[in-house]
Amino acid sequence: MLREDYEAVMGLEVHAELSTKTTIFCACPTNFGASPNTQTCPICMAMPGTLPVLNEKVVEYAVKAGLATGCDISRDSKNDRKNYFYPDLPKSYQISQYDKPLCEHGKIEIETSEGKKTIGITRIHIEEDAGKLNHDEFGGGSLVDLNRAGVPLIEIVSEPDLRSTEEVELYLKKLKSVLEYIEVSDCKMQEGSFRADVNVSVRKKGDSKLGTRTEMKNMNSFRSITRAIEYEIDRQIDVIENGGKIEQETLRWDEVSGKTFSMRDKEDAQDYRYFPDPDLVAIKLSEEYIENIKKTLPELPESRKQRYLEEYKLSEKDANIITSSKYLSDLFEGAIEVCNNPKAVNNWIISDISRILNETETEPIEIPFDSNQLGKLVILIDKGTISSSIGKKVLEELFENPRDPEEIIKEKGWIQISDEGEIKEIVLKILEENPQSIADYKAGKDRALGFLVGQAMKQTKGKANPQMLNKMFLEELKK
Amino acid sequence: MNITELTVHELQEKLKNKELKITDIVKAYTDRINEKEKDVQAFVTTLTDEATNQAKEIEEKVNSGEISGEFAGIPIGIKDNMCTKGVKTTCSSRMLENFVAPYDATVIENLNNENIIDLGKLNMDEFAMGGSTEYSYFKKTRNPWNLNKVPGGSSGGSAAAVAAGMVPWALGSDTGGSIRQPASFCGVVGLKPTYGLISRYGLVAFASSLDQIGPITKDVYDSAMLLNLIAGHDEKDTTSIDREKVDYTKCLKNDVKGLKIGVPKEFFGEGINKEVKEALEQAMETYKELGAEIEEFSLDIAEYSLATYYIIACAEASSNLGRFDGIRYGYRAKEYKNLRELYKKSRSEGFGAEVKRRIILGTYVLSSGYYDAYYKKAQQVRTLVMEQFEEAFEKYDVILTPTSPTVAFDIGSKTNNPLEMYLTDICTVSVNIAGLPGISIPCGVDSQGMPIGMQLIGNKFCEETILNAAYTFEQKIKFRENHKPTFEGGIN
Repeated sequence: MLREDYEAVMGLEVHAELSTKTTIFCACPTNFGASPNTQTCPICMAMPGTLPVLNEKVVEYAVKAGLATGCDISRDSKNDRKNYFYPDLPKSYQISQYDKPLCEHGKIEIETSEGKKTIGITRIHIEEDAGKLNHDEFGGGSLVDLNRAGVPLIEIVSEPDLRSTEEVELYLKKLKSVLEYIEVSDCKMQEGSFRADVNVSVRKKGDSKLGTRTEMKNMNSFRSITRAIEYEIDRQIDVIENGGKIEQETLRWDEVSGKTFSMRDKEDAQDYRYFPDPDLVAIKLSEEYIENIKKTLPELPESRKQRYLEEYKLSEKDANIITSSKYLSDLFEGAIEVCNNPKAVNNWIISDISRILNETETEPIEIPFDSNQLGKLVILIDKGTISSSIGKKVLEELFENPRDPEEIIKEKGWIQISDEGEIKEIVLKILEENPQSIADYKAGKDRALGFLVGQAMKQTKGKANPQMLNKMFLEELKK
Repeated sequence: MNITELTVHELQEKLKNKELKITDIVKAYTDRINEKEKDVQAFVTTLTDEATNQAKEIEEKVNSGEISGEFAGIPIGIKDNMCTKGVKTTCSSRMLENFVAPYDATVIENLNNENIIDLGKLNMDEFAMGGSTEYSYFKKTRNPWNLNKVPGGSSGGSAAAVAAGMVPWALGSDTGGSIRQPASFCGVVGLKPTYGLISRYGLVAFASSLDQIGPITKDVYDSAMLLNLIAGHDEKDTTSIDREKVDYTKCLKNDVKGLKIGVPKEFFGEGINKEVKEALEQAMETYKELGAEIEEFSLDIAEYSLATYYIIACAEASSNLGRFDGIRYGYRAKEYKNLRELYKKSRSEGFGAEVKRRIILGTYVLSSGYYDAYYKKAQQVRTLVMEQFEEAFEKYDVILTPTSPTVAFDIGSKTNNPLEMYLTDICTVSVNIAGLPGISIPCGVDSQGMPIGMQLIGNKFCEETILNAAYTFEQKIKFRENHKPTFEGGIN
């Protein structure tokens, strides 16, 4: 059979770190990057006799995420223990949720190249993160760092509704932007605060039964997720085409070799012995509580997008890009408030800012300047203080060392030359240096004008006002 | 005056009248510990030097008026599964042989706030699993009434130390009878409070939904006083209930007229020792004389309590004891080739046989494929047990049973038969399963002079009712005046 005769089926388990100030079951800070084991206490170290106390903010954030993805919120939920041994898991069980998650039956809409598609969300539950193991460069063993132990997570499990890497990426981006909009997670993939495990299976097109799935872990960018899925689809089809059977197993994606590897063998199949955590009381939520959280939900990307289409007449494509990230969207709206020029701000974000983000592999949240500074940049161009080509330089400077654009151009001497006398002087000098161009122009070659303006811009390092140059060259040439 | 025979409220009176000084009291107890420890073997860690110094300090502060409080300078003993900052907390296990907690349990903080002096950490069955204190890794505690007999367990060190006058009172913990049964065996008063009345923060967990800390004392008045000190909501333990504070000494009225006492016939059937049964019947007569009403009724679900208890307790224990993995604290095997072996050897060598037995049992009942048949079923039975007790408390104020079907048994007689050992909990476990308060008080001795315990069970948060019932009985029969431990028997 041909590859085209197969269909891939994907479902995702996304773990998003919640941006609460303290951990889920004790009062330790959740900051990233502190020295090992400095953000711990007897509770997250699992000292004998300690007990967990559920951080109410974690419930609130998870309920927010549930409401923003159209989930039903459970009025009666609980915490369960997932038992297994690993040195980064100090209690030897993870407190998670098993059969009564906080949120169930939600959905997320994506826009694929073939149109709109709804991806079902099976459940969202709360759980604690584990610590991490560092290789000991001196002793040759492993060192346990429990700073991350107890950092709150939500796990968002999708239905197996995804059929392509394009859909997977769109779903993840949409989910990420929703979580950013409602400000429950900063979703930094590099720091692991937004990570996805992918379940993949293949089946013959037209089959209604799902194939055996494998679960892939350890992908930390959209690119590696796409690569891993493509690799795994090919591998599974190969196995089937060669008469083999897919084993249900967990695979680890290796970014360097571009392959997946089995994490544990079948004999080792984990039995997590889930049971309700007797140290924690049931989570009972009132209608009033849920209603109050509903009221605090901010405008979500879908509704912002509609507004941009109607209010600012953005194209569907641009509106999608801008609303894909709360940070871009906030930047857009903030800059418009300053400069009142939506079209220009849109152009900056869609072209130059997006390009720089791509080139430097930076996420929108990491943009160092603020909307006020972008707005001022637009104003400087609109007023003619600088040219748009200088504007690009100012933008680069904003990425490098963000400060007031006015300060930047003063400091760098980038203010546009708009003085008629000065412009005239430049024009005359260029004409003197390029007699051939004058002759060309007079012979009807209009291109010569462009060349002359270009020369003038070059000599003034882009500072001359291009419209004035144009006008003055024409005047002189017609003489 | 023999200081170590006095109750705490008697000590308080003598301090108040200046008949005694704090240093006199602590000296009497440290002397007594030095004298009796070789026979009784109640302590894992003694703090006699520390206590002596503390007594001097506290006495000076009290004299200078810097501190006051009716409990300042009163000594206590602590079961060795409650975390004490800077002092070893071993749970009588090789696993925690050298473990020093970096924090104090909430109950310990409460005692420290009163300037109560810790005389030491008391022996127990390893991780509170057992009914004779023979499963301690360190030593076998002996019953002061007969040194060849067990003190009961798991709070055997606490009960024996109180009975032997080595501490005026002690804290124990009770998961299936671990306060009441040893109290019964040692002729002292043991109270298991309602689940949720006392914070469990800092109590090394055995079975979280059943564990409760409680007082082991010489008499009921002391029990009420110690309960006053440890009861109350703690935000570090979300299963502790936020209720209004009560002074439990206020309910001790020495009057049970009209009190309705239910006697479940199932607790007096097969397996109960004849002398125990007779003593309990005598106790019922005494209650009638005191004006209480006694009625027999059926609590047939109790038959299933023991099985239910062992499933739930072992399931929770198998998870709770996972943290003892040799990674961060506690025992770690000397040699291991890889992580798996590190776990396997550390846990095999660090835990005793009974603890391992229960971990295996608990792991089994939680395993996929068995969960529904065991753990889930046990939880359903648990609900039924609660319901039957609720029904009973619509009719009765108090339920009266033996604390244990027998008196203290010989050391070594049951250690090779786990099932028989489990049966020593038969009268007490249902109280934990239902989360109710229960108190054991002595009601007589058998022909060998061994104490017999009576258990009074109350409705949730009705500690006052059972304390008053126990107090009234105690005032009538005056057990302490009539019976004293003999320290008979030798080392076998």
